[in-house]
Amino acid sequence: MGEIGLKPYLLVGAVLFVTGIVCMASKRNGIGVLMGVELVLNGANVNFVAFSRYTALGLDGQIISLFVIVLAAAEAAVALAIALNFYNNHLTIDVDRGNELRG
Amino acid sequence: MSGEHVLFSLFAISTCASAVAVVVSQNIVRMAFWLIVSLGSTAGLFFLLHADFVAATQMLVYVGGTLVLLIFGVMLTASGPYLRLKIPPGQGIMAAGIGCVFLAMIFVTVVAVDWNETIVTPDGFNEPGAGNTARGLGLSLLGFRPDKDLGAADGSLSTGYLLPFEIISVHLLVVLIGAAYLARAKRRVASTDTEN
Repeated sequence: MGEIGLKPYLLVGAVLFVTGIVCMASKRNGIGVLMGVELVLNGANVNFVAFSRYTALGLDGQIISLFVIVLAAAEAAVALAIALNFYNNHLTIDVDRGNELRG
Repeated sequence: MSGEHVLFSLFAISTCASAVAVVVSQNIVRMAFWLIVSLGSTAGLFFLLHADFVAATQMLVYVGGTLVLLIFGVMLTASGPYLRLKIPPGQGIMAAGIGCVFLAMIFVTVVAVDWNETIVTPDGFNEPGAGNTARGLGLSLLGFRPDKDLGAADGSLSTGYLLPFEIISVHLLVVLIGAAYLARAKRRVASTDTEN
């Protein structure tokens, strides 16, 4: 057996992406939705680093994945602040309750 | 089976199983725990891909920072010690079905593409990249690309990442100030639609 190759890493990234999408779509807890977003970003990171290792992308993929990690941290901070505000106003974190803007 | 294959199987199975456990579990604290396991195993995959700096950053920022933030959010917003917000079982089955179809679509696509033919890798390109990527990453964030510019055939210089680095630094600063402003302590508004 040679080296692992690109495909297994892409499959792992696909599993992370799909679980993140399902988590975002099916959780009623707002923080659960956030965790789904983290899973999706993590799947994208696996793809970036795998392409950086096995193709001519070089270090570019690793740099982009560093940017993704920083953006995910920023996104988590803002989204948690919003979730705390939502909880202060509604006394729950159920995203189904946030429907005041419904037309 | 070489050691690399054993480690890859271990980390890949751990990553995927924990990601599925995040979706399946209903308790938000258990979801956070499985997310920690999944992100940590992904850092192991990054080590296997010779991306040591990205893996260390993943452990520090994601597992150490973001998840602590998430767990604080869980602690500050949980109404009870075992808060459960269930979805109807029909919706759960539907979500699982759609997820499986979506996953099958991506799997078929990944397997069908011949990546070796699509992407041409120069000979010996990855040889200096076997770990020790911190210096290369730092130089590219400063705007230099010694891994591409040294030995370039036509003498052209490739661009670094100084401007995106500055933009993302200011972005992170602004976002954190905004988050601190949003989450500052306020008087709790008496809610009219309390259900629990």
